[in-house]
This record gives sequence, C-alpha cells and structure tokens, in this order.
Amino acid sequence: MAVITVTINDELVSGREGQSLLELVREQGIDLPTLCHLDGLEERGGCRLCMVEMAPGNRLAAACVTPAQEGMVIYTHSERLVKYRRMILELLFAERNHVCAVCVMNGRCELQYEAYTIGMDHVRYDYLTPDLPMDASHDRFVIDHNRCILCTRCVRVCDSVEGAHTWDVMGRGVNCRVITDLNQPWGTSQSCTSCGKCVQVCPTGALHAKGSTVAEMVKRHDFLQWILDGRENHQWTMRNGEPMESGR
Amino acid sequence: MARTVTIDPVTRIEGHAKITLMLGDDGKVADARFHVVEFRGFEKFCVGRSFWEMPGITARVCGICPVSHILASAKAGDQILGVRIPARAEKLRRLMNWGQLVQSHALSFFHLSAPDLLLGMDSDPATRNIMGLIQTNPSVARSGIRLRQFGQEVIRLLGGQSVHPAWAVAGGVRDPLTPEKRNQIKRGLPEAFDIVDLALDLLKDSYDQFESEAPSYGDFPSLFMGLVTPDGGLEHYDGLLRVVDEEGRVLENANPADFKRFIGEAVEPWTYLKFPYYKPMGYPQGMYRVGPLARLNVCDYAGTPRADRELRQFRRYGQRGKPVSGSFHYHYARLIEILFSLEKIEETLEDENLLGTHVRSVSDVNERIGIGVSEAPRGTLFHEYEVDENGVLQKVNMIIATGQNNLAMNRTVQQLAHAYVNGDGLSEGVLNRIEHGIRLFDPCLSCSTHAVGKMPMHVQLVAPNGELVDEVVRD
Repeated sequence: MAVITVTINDELVSGREGQSLLELVREQGIDLPTLCHLDGLEERGGCRLCMVEMAPGNRLAAACVTPAQEGMVIYTHSERLVKYRRMILELLFAERNHVCAVCVMNGRCELQYEAYTIGMDHVRYDYLTPDLPMDASHDRFVIDHNRCILCTRCVRVCDSVEGAHTWDVMGRGVNCRVITDLNQPWGTSQSCTSCGKCVQVCPTGALHAKGSTVAEMVKRHDFLQWILDGRENHQWTMRNGEPMESGR
Repeated sequence: MARTVTIDPVTRIEGHAKITLMLGDDGKVADARFHVVEFRGFEKFCVGRSFWEMPGITARVCGICPVSHILASAKAGDQILGVRIPARAEKLRRLMNWGQLVQSHALSFFHLSAPDLLLGMDSDPATRNIMGLIQTNPSVARSGIRLRQFGQEVIRLLGGQSVHPAWAVAGGVRDPLTPEKRNQIKRGLPEAFDIVDLALDLLKDSYDQFESEAPSYGDFPSLFMGLVTPDGGLEHYDGLLRVVDEEGRVLENANPADFKRFIGEAVEPWTYLKFPYYKPMGYPQGMYRVGPLARLNVCDYAGTPRADRELRQFRRYGQRGKPVSGSFHYHYARLIEILFSLEKIEETLEDENLLGTHVRSVSDVNERIGIGVSEAPRGTLFHEYEVDENGVLQKVNMIIATGQNNLAMNRTVQQLAHAYVNGDGLSEGVLNRIEHGIRLFDPCLSCSTHAVGKMPMHVQLVAPNGELVDEVVRD
C-alpha cells in the first residue's frame, strides 16, 4: 500500500493511500467529532461534524467520506469549522426534544458529549418541540423519536451486520423518521430478530432497553468488531471488554 | 371605602405566589386570597412517556423534595409491574425518605422561619433572613445548615447525588447500601441529635414570646389527613391513609389507593393551585390539612422513644384530646418529625438485612393503573398513572401536599388579615406576619430555595372601581 503525505494543521503526516481523512486525522491523535460514523459500519457522511477545510480555497469536506490523497492540505479546527460544528449541534438539539437530565443515556450520550466538548452552553435557535411518539411495543427495546438524530447507525447495522434490514428511513427534512418494516409498531415487525444491535450502536437515548431509567443505559460497540473480525478473518478476539464510556 | 391589598411576591417560601387582601367599606378585611402564580404542566407533558422514566421526570417537580416524588412515582411503578419489591429495597427507600424529612424540615425551620422567630416579626426585613441570622446567631444558623447537610448526605450516600437522585425505580432501588456508606451516615447522627435538641429548645423559648399571637396564625377546626402504620403509628412511606375530624374522630382508615373515593379536587379561576377537599363534606367545607401537624394529629403514637415523649407534650396544645388545631404548631410538629426520622435512621442502620445486593424486582407491565402514595415533608403525595399495554402513559394525576393545604393556607391568611390589618395602613411587620402564616405550611410552590435576601414586596391598595389608591414598592 502506497504511503502518502498530507499536511494537517500545518504539520506533515504520513498516511496510507485509500484510507479516509477521518481515519488519518484520528491516527494523529486529533479529536475530530463524529456522530453518524462508527468504526465497522459503512460511512454515511450525514452528520457533517467531521468536516475539515481543504486548502487551497478552504473548501469544506466531510473527513469520513473523503479519501486521503497525496499533497492534501487540511485544517481540522479552524474558527469557521468550530462555529459550524456548534451550529450543527444546536440545530440537532433544536430539532427534537432532547432533555438530558431525564434521559436514559445522560452521562454516556454521544450527542451530549459532543455538545459538552464544544462548549455548547445554550441553543440560539427556536426549538421545534415536535410532538413525537415513543414506540414501546417491542418486548425488550424502546424507540423514542424525540431523541433520534437520524444518524442511521441502526439502519446500517441492521442491514449490513445483522442482515435483517428491519430499520429504514421515511419522510424528508424535519419530517424524516427511522421506521421499522413498513412504518409499523416495532413489536409487530416480522423481520426484526430482536438482536439489539441497533440499540447498542445508537449514539443517543433514542434506542434503549425497556425498563431503563435515568442515566442507566450503557451501550457497547465492541460486539461490532467481534462480529466483523469473525466474519472476515475467522478470528474471534475481544479487543476491548470495557463498555463505551464517552461515546467515542 | 373598599380596596385591595396585594403582597407580591411572597418570599421565603419555595416558589412564587402573591396574596390579595380585599378590604370592605368599613376598612376591615372582607376576604383574603393566596394565589399561586406558577404553571408547570407536568400532568400533561408526561403523557406519552414511559412509566419507567417517571421517577426521574417527576423528581424535577421539586428541588427540595425530589425524593418524595421519586418514591411516590416508583411506588406507582411497582403497582404497574405488579411486583412486591425486595424488603431490603423498601427499607432503603424509607431511609432516604427520612433523610429527606430531616433536610427539608431543617430548611423550613432554620433557613426560612427562624429569622422571624429569633429576630422578631417586626425586625428589619433587610436582615430578617438566613444571612441576618448568621450575623446575630451564628451558631444557630450553622447548626441549621449542618442538620440540613446531614439529611442531604443520607440522600447522596444512598442515591449518588443529593438533588434528583435517580435511585428509586419501579421494582425497587438501583444501588444497594455499602457498609462504608452506612458507617458514614452513622457518624453524622450524634451531631444531628444535638442540633434537633437545640432547635426544640429554641422553639419552646419562642413560644412564650408568641403566646398572644399564636392563635391568630391559622387556628381553626379542620380535618387532618396522613398515612399511619396499620396499627396507627406515625408513618411516612406506606400504610393506611387516615382522615380525622376536628374532634379527633377517625373518618377514614383506608387503603391509600382508594383515595379518589373520598378526595376531590376543586378549581378556582384566580390561582393555578387546585383545591383538594374531603368529598363527603363537600367543597369548601371538606377542608383538610396535611403535613407534619396533620401527621402527628392522625397517628396514635410515633413509635420511637424520644419522638413519643415530645408527642405527648405536643398534644397538650390541643384541647382535651382533640387534634392540635393551631397552624403555628407546624413548627413544633416539624421538629418532632426530625427527631423521629433521626431515631428511625439510627434504628434502621442497625438492621442486619439492610446491606446486600438484591434490591430490585424485575418485571414488565402487569397492571394498567398504578397509584403511589407517600408522605412528603409537606404532606401526603399522590401519583396516579394509567398506562397502555406497553407502559406508555395515557393519564397522569398528581396531588401535591401543598395543594391539599391550599384551603387551610387561605383560611390562615384571612385569619391573620382579620387580626392585624385594618383601614389605618399596613406595617411591614403585619405583612410579614401574613407571610409567616403561609410559611408555617412550608409550601413548596416549585423547586427553589433562592428566595434568600431582602424581601421584595409590592403592595397595592385598589378601590372598588379599580383605581389605584396607594402603592408601596420595596425591592
């Protein structure tokens, strides 16, 4: 694999041809926020938090879906990028009803973590406060659309890892929702295998185990690498037995 | 000439309120009203959430007594699950409830009411507060803060945090008590007992000073309601719901879940606070009081040695075996309950079955309706939930202690206004007495204790035609 040289924040770094900018940036120990990205799932490029500035011209690109190329010059934390990231997070909070204090994922939520890290102390936009339902019809799990940020990790893990494709997306813009089967109560889904992968990868409290109370839900992502290593390499080694704490 | 006097806001209570005094043509008080001007909407916006989340959500009703809401909510959840929670979990919940009584009652007595009792009703309002108390009676103020801290520590050690601990849940509690934490609570007890002794002495000393005034502070016959143990002892967590009349006759000794049979709620257009009443007597005749005074009036005995001794003294303030009717004695009742709670905490910590890890029963929705009743510091608290087959709330009804004292608080304001207000004018001390009448009930109108400092007050004299006759603003 060819080695390439990229300039990140005015420093020359070496990478491998074909790897994503996100991967390369994170290899340098730079903290680039993401919400829709999850190691082991195909990229979506939907949340736009990992956007970087590319010189010349300061063009913006989502690092997760941009391949690293020889001679690239990028900036990861310019004033403009931080401003946009905060704006994106504020818009996510304004779009649905995120009430951290009473959420099952309080303290472990990835959305909360990113907002906290960037210093989002208030939201400048009017909250839409949509009237969204909570579907508790499944025996073991609950989907609370109030907390969904449409990252589609559930859709991707269900489709590509479990192979059931129970989850999908309907509607456009602010009316967009994740749905099970043909937009029916989760408990009536015929395709769902109740494996719980969607719950484990969900970055917020939108998907959670039934019966969880405030700040009680702990999600683990390590199963994903376990399955993928086994499937692709026939190796079953648990790399990290600890539950995810901060989300990333 | 008829006119209206408004006290807005009422300070050193938890929440926001105002008082209106309506004077008749003779300059005497014709009517008085206690308005609660907050609107919260919990019963509405909780619909659509799951009952599992409710202890965490309803805890936010209040920052002073979140534990009460957590417990009532968890108990309603227990009923929806249809499970019997582990005995250990019940003991731990009770422990937290007593910690809550200690901290809340200490707050009411030392922080909110002691400035009136120790510095005088007519003292300078600029210093008639906890800060003034720290200057003039530093050891008393410090003791009050320490006692409240003890109660808060009990809650924190059990639930992980002192405000809004998401610990009691449907089916039990989330975390057991460790031996280290038990010992830590134990170590705080001797000082707490000393402080409650001090508080009892202070209150009894002030009784001489208030002997002539006390009867004006809401002394009237009414019903009283509170939980009692199955054999009639003082109870704060479970048991039977008892109603007694002004003669001390027991009218109800019911399963708390049957409360709707005899408790109704009336609404008035001038306040957001509803008016619960005892149905068989109608509204507003069915006025009843809840809280420390009521609990000590409905129980046959307390159940701990020192609290029982104080209870015997307390009962001397009632006439010939009748319930104690003077609301001024809420202070005394509150201190007896602190003593009782400390004794119960001491007793429970010795229980060898208190420690251990099995503290939560696991189940799913088995009942559609759950009713959780417990005694909050300010009185009986009801949470009633109706869920669908998945546990999503369809209906939420909460009856809060302060609401149940609403009629009695209005009556107290009227009584004080009749005694102290006439057409000649309004002195600062008179207005403060009326506020103190409200403070006796320690009303918790929302969730804040930030009303410390100078007493902002807005008094308006309004003529019958709406014309502003006079106005006094102090900020």
